[in-house]
Amino acid sequence: MTSTTAQQTAVSTAVRATEPGARFRDLLAAEWIKLWSLRSISWAFGASALAVLAINISAAVADYNNWPTYNEGIRALFVPIWAMRDAFTIGACMVLILATGSIGALTIVGEYSSGQIRTTFAAVPARRSVVAARMAVVTAVMLVYGTVVAGTSFGVTQAILSGRGIGLSLGYPGALRAVAASTLLAPVCALVGMGLGALIRHTATTLVTFTGILLLLPFLLNDRHRWSSAVLHALPRSAWERLVQTGDPFGSAPYPATISGSWIVYAAWPLAAAVVAVVAVRRQDL
Amino acid sequence: MIEVNELTKRYGKTTAVNGLTFTVRPGHVTGFLGPNGAGKSTTLRILLGLTEPTSGTATIDGHLFRDHPRGLRRAGALLDAHDVHGGRSAGAYLSALARSNGIPRRRVDEVLEEVGLASAARRRIGGFSLGMKQRLGIATALLGDPPVLLFDEPVNGLDPEGVRWVRGLFRRLAAEGRTVFVSSHLMSEMQNTAEHLIVIGRGELIADESVAEFAARGTRQSVAVRTPDPTALAAVVEAEGASVQPDASGAEGLLTVIGLSAARIGELASHHRIVLLELATRTSSLEEAFMELTADSVEYLAGESR
Repeated sequence: MTSTTAQQTAVSTAVRATEPGARFRDLLAAEWIKLWSLRSISWAFGASALAVLAINISAAVADYNNWPTYNEGIRALFVPIWAMRDAFTIGACMVLILATGSIGALTIVGEYSSGQIRTTFAAVPARRSVVAARMAVVTAVMLVYGTVVAGTSFGVTQAILSGRGIGLSLGYPGALRAVAASTLLAPVCALVGMGLGALIRHTATTLVTFTGILLLLPFLLNDRHRWSSAVLHALPRSAWERLVQTGDPFGSAPYPATISGSWIVYAAWPLAAAVVAVVAVRRQDL
Repeated sequence: MIEVNELTKRYGKTTAVNGLTFTVRPGHVTGFLGPNGAGKSTTLRILLGLTEPTSGTATIDGHLFRDHPRGLRRAGALLDAHDVHGGRSAGAYLSALARSNGIPRRRVDEVLEEVGLASAARRRIGGFSLGMKQRLGIATALLGDPPVLLFDEPVNGLDPEGVRWVRGLFRRLAAEGRTVFVSSHLMSEMQNTAEHLIVIGRGELIADESVAEFAARGTRQSVAVRTPDPTALAAVVEAEGASVQPDASGAEGLLTVIGLSAARIGELASHHRIVLLELATRTSSLEEAFMELTADSVEYLAGESR
């Protein structure tokens, strides 16, 4: 066993010395072509962006129309709490999580279920580089997508509300943080989807698992008990809710989520997903 | 050059490949034969670094494939024509693969032209017939202009024109000095293409020899004789040490003689004044030699056909 390993290492070194490595730039370009050559991906981006915007804008329009009927209590709290909630409704957030997570997952499990993964890895045996390139491309695209969706959502909803003098500007304390958190939610969820996809390798199971953890689990937990709130606050959806929250509507919960803790959650999930994906593909039998 | 050395792959209690050792040399087409489930695909996947062997090594040009950063330039492979995502166009699919190996875009058009899919470049692969997918898989294998080519059951789904084209292509690739390794479960496929054969059954090596040598191992030559007086003829040839069986078809007066040449049977019949209506030498085909050789190692046998 030892001699085989030594022999293989010697061989590896010899090859790497004589042949230039697969350039990462080429792998990025290849993944870029692959992402955009699937029509379903473009459709998923377009349709989900429209759904998110429609949900948020309709909430702003409803508040605009109902403003004259609101009592003093609501009016006093409206800026900034309710104005911000129109920019980023929980419904739109769930659509965004589902769409970006599914797109991310499908870039991986789509290859496993079709068998494409064998062709891919036979062409580029450096599996970890392939996965790293794909994650980089998806992350970049998701950042652009998130910026467009979150930025448009904030801009349009607040423009509507400013017709009543109750809109927020980007300079309002916490507004930039809310837009950033909503933007980053897209790449965070996409990477989590990719990590689960590389681990599970099965389309339906991956999507059910993703939905269970990111969308259903927050409903099963509450922040009244220590352990329950600890798990809850470690989920990306709760972290997002904390980061877009401005002001404190109902007084402090016994175990409140912190802003810095929520940013850590935002960083930890995609990092863990990336590590899982890279480790998972390394020695899989295909 | 492909070198497989003491290769073993176990999946739980199932042994797919067991101590397999063989070498495939460049310059001619080598057939890789075995019944379904013999371990051909597993061996090819290990060669391409897709599957990790339990023990032993499989190298391409002296190196483990996973150490080649640009796989397509080292070995081109068609493993399963269905191993493609149906949502992309043939052109986009090949462009992405080419780009990942630093192969210029124009090579995509060249290989599509080569396999006859130039007009289908913009069509979604999902709408391709099996034959078209096989052609696309062959285009993928050719993309990197590699010195080693592996094809797993490449003629499945091809029309007769496609089969002829593919045979010519394999011979041409081999004539260019490349290593061409083609698996099949059909001997007849190899008869017209391969010069050398690696035959496996139940994951073990059965034969590693030239096609001519392989054919010679087959069933012994037999002679079919038809006569109005089979009893008399049988007595005469058996007296010469040959064995006689009624013909398998059960036709009246038709005998199969093993152990005597047609010429000798003719002489004997003439000498004993027995009328012969038919006298023909039957050489067993490669197919029969293959069936005989692998009979004991067939994994999935249809009921009662043995």
